Amino acid sequence: MSESTKSNHESFLEYKGKYRGILGWILSTDHKRIGLLYLYTMLVFFSVAAILGLLMKIQLIAPGHTIMGPATYNAMFTMHGIIMIFIIVVPGLPAVFGNFFLPLMIGAKDVAFPKLNLASWWIYVIGILIVLTSQFMGDGPPDTGWTFYAPYSFQTPANIVPALVGAFVLGFSSILTGINFVVTIHRLRAPGMKWLKMPLFPWTLYATAWIQILATPVIGITLLLTVMERTLGVGIFDPALGGDPILYQHLFWIYSHPAVYIMILPGMGVISEILPVFSRKRIYGYKAIVLSSLAIAFVGYFVWGHHMFTSGMSGRALFAFSFLTFLVAIPSAIKVFNWVATMYKGSLIFQTPFFWAVSFVFVFMIGGFSGLTLGSLATNVHLHDTHFVVAHFHFIVFGGTGFSFLAALHYWFPKMFGRMFDASWANMGWLIFFAGFLALYLPMFYLGIMGMPRRYYDYLPEFHGANILSSLGAILMIGGALIIIVNLVRSSRYGEKTNDKNPWGGKTLEWQADTPPTLENWEDIPEVTEKPYEYK
Amino acid sequence: MSQEKPHISSYRSHVFVLAALIVLTGISVAVTTLELGRLDTLVAMLIAGAKAGIVLVWFMHLKFDNKLYTIFTVLVIVVFLLVLYVTFFDYSYR
Ligand code: HEM
Ligand SMILES: [Cu+2]
Repeated sequence: MSESTKSNHESFLEYKGKYRGILGWILSTDHKRIGLLYLYTMLVFFSVAAILGLLMKIQLIAPGHTIMGPATYNAMFTMHGIIMIFIIVVPGLPAVFGNFFLPLMIGAKDVAFPKLNLASWWIYVIGILIVLTSQFMGDGPPDTGWTFYAPYSFQTPANIVPALVGAFVLGFSSILTGINFVVTIHRLRAPGMKWLKMPLFPWTLYATAWIQILATPVIGITLLLTVMERTLGVGIFDPALGGDPILYQHLFWIYSHPAVYIMILPGMGVISEILPVFSRKRIYGYKAIVLSSLAIAFVGYFVWGHHMFTSGMSGRALFAFSFLTFLVAIPSAIKVFNWVATMYKGSLIFQTPFFWAVSFVFVFMIGGFSGLTLGSLATNVHLHDTHFVVAHFHFIVFGGTGFSFLAALHYWFPKMFGRMFDASWANMGWLIFFAGFLALYLPMFYLGIMGMPRRYYDYLPEFHGANILSSLGAILMIGGALIIIVNLVRSSRYGEKTNDKNPWGGKTLEWQADTPPTLENWEDIPEVTEKPYEYK
Repeated sequence: MSQEKPHISSYRSHVFVLAALIVLTGISVAVTTLELGRLDTLVAMLIAGAKAGIVLVWFMHLKFDNKLYTIFTVLVIVVFLLVLYVTFFDYSYR
């Protein structure tokens, strides 16, 4: 304590604690440093997985063997999926911006369990390392896809076990972050911050944290059962031993559908922060956004069967799951309505975070509508396992979670680093990225409807035209991503220095803290009297 | 934040929990000798559920804690039961 009062005016970036240099980071329990540790780790692995994606698109630029054969292609989409899902978008916004900004936004000095928080990052890194060993040991890299479907996942000679164990370990990190956030939000809100005065990003983190706690154990058990099936032949999923492979799909999606809401809810929270600030207007329908977040979290537990419409479930279950899937789209649509209504007649400010936020709304809607197309039984039979599904979830995971991540990064960048990014490079990066994104994924809707299946290294000649467009889009998008990343990394070191506490004119608490924040964020814990987003 | 006054459970209640768990374990072994058909799983789950309940309420102090914890625990169990119900909904109509 005494040490920290002495350094009250030093920013968290410069503060010197017990350890120096890199140890001062990887052993720090400061929520802000931990948030940045996650950010840097993700940046590295996002780059790896993005390169894998680019290589796959180059393979698909023409039919036949272009730069790789089928086995390599299978290994690539598997690793691409495992990294992007389990290492990037599931921890994603909570681990980076939740850690950094949750305490700041609710007026706390740190999360409830700082040491547990550091442990989560270490467990995360250990999980990553275990996943990576799958590439180099045994009989070749995994080739099952990120879904590890039985029976193939216990029949393939490839090296599945480390990938399963690694994903299992990553799950622990996620659960611990969830527990930390639930307790933090219950116990550490600043005086006067009633539940309904809490900003919306913390609200979505709260809903997300409950999914992390409740759904993640299911995937943990499922992955372990698959390990046991491979190593001991326990016969849970193996029909030859009396098991049921469809049970695997049930268990996998009982987690993995709620997990898609782990990915998207915090992103929705970020958009709900940014739009009022850049419209200079109170958020439209605060309570509706809160309630729809909780509703999404709840109903989202019961729709997993829409991934299994063609797997041989009973007819009645098909009907029930399709109905529930349509229900869950309603709260998502409520949010879109609220965002648009927030901008309506506002004084819009056209700056980088705003561009990311509106483009989020655009791509999220396309993703959501295509979800409904897939959620109705008859069309699903035609579209399941085609490129249409690939387009759907990239629109919603990359376009939703990815865009909101970049929106958050630009929005909070000055607060995090005490420097400003170069706005013209950032805007150009956004434009190129956005154009590339659309060129990459829109043709996949068409390809899917025409019948091109997913997860094949080759295709029929009639699909060539749309694939060329899609692959060129990928190259353009990676170009945009490079501009964005180089600009942000450069700006974090050489950008124009700023101590402005509130560069965008935000109304939430984090904009009252120093820029960059000090070790314990506040000299005096702020008192909350107004609701968030009170623009007059 | 208000602090709840701590509750210290007696050895007697710990012994009671232990005894109940042992008895219930005995029962769940014993019922395997009965031929209950489809009810097998249900009975096993009910006994296991009773054991979990005893651990939660007495050993883990739910009875003596803030009501909020009870509410959350019940909500979580409801979600879990619904997930089970939906899964078995598929199996029962195949
Ligand atoms: C409007 C709400 C949504 C609806 C109605 C919906 C519906 C669906 C359906 C029916 C499928 C299965 C398609 C098939 O394989 O035949 C699917 C796949 C998928 N969805 Fe969604 N979805 C929605 C939102 C989301 C969100 C918010 C995310 C993630 C942030 C997401 C991520 C995914 C993923 C990753 C897959 C593919 C999984 C795989 O097979 O690899 N979806 N969606
Ligand atoms: Cu789903």
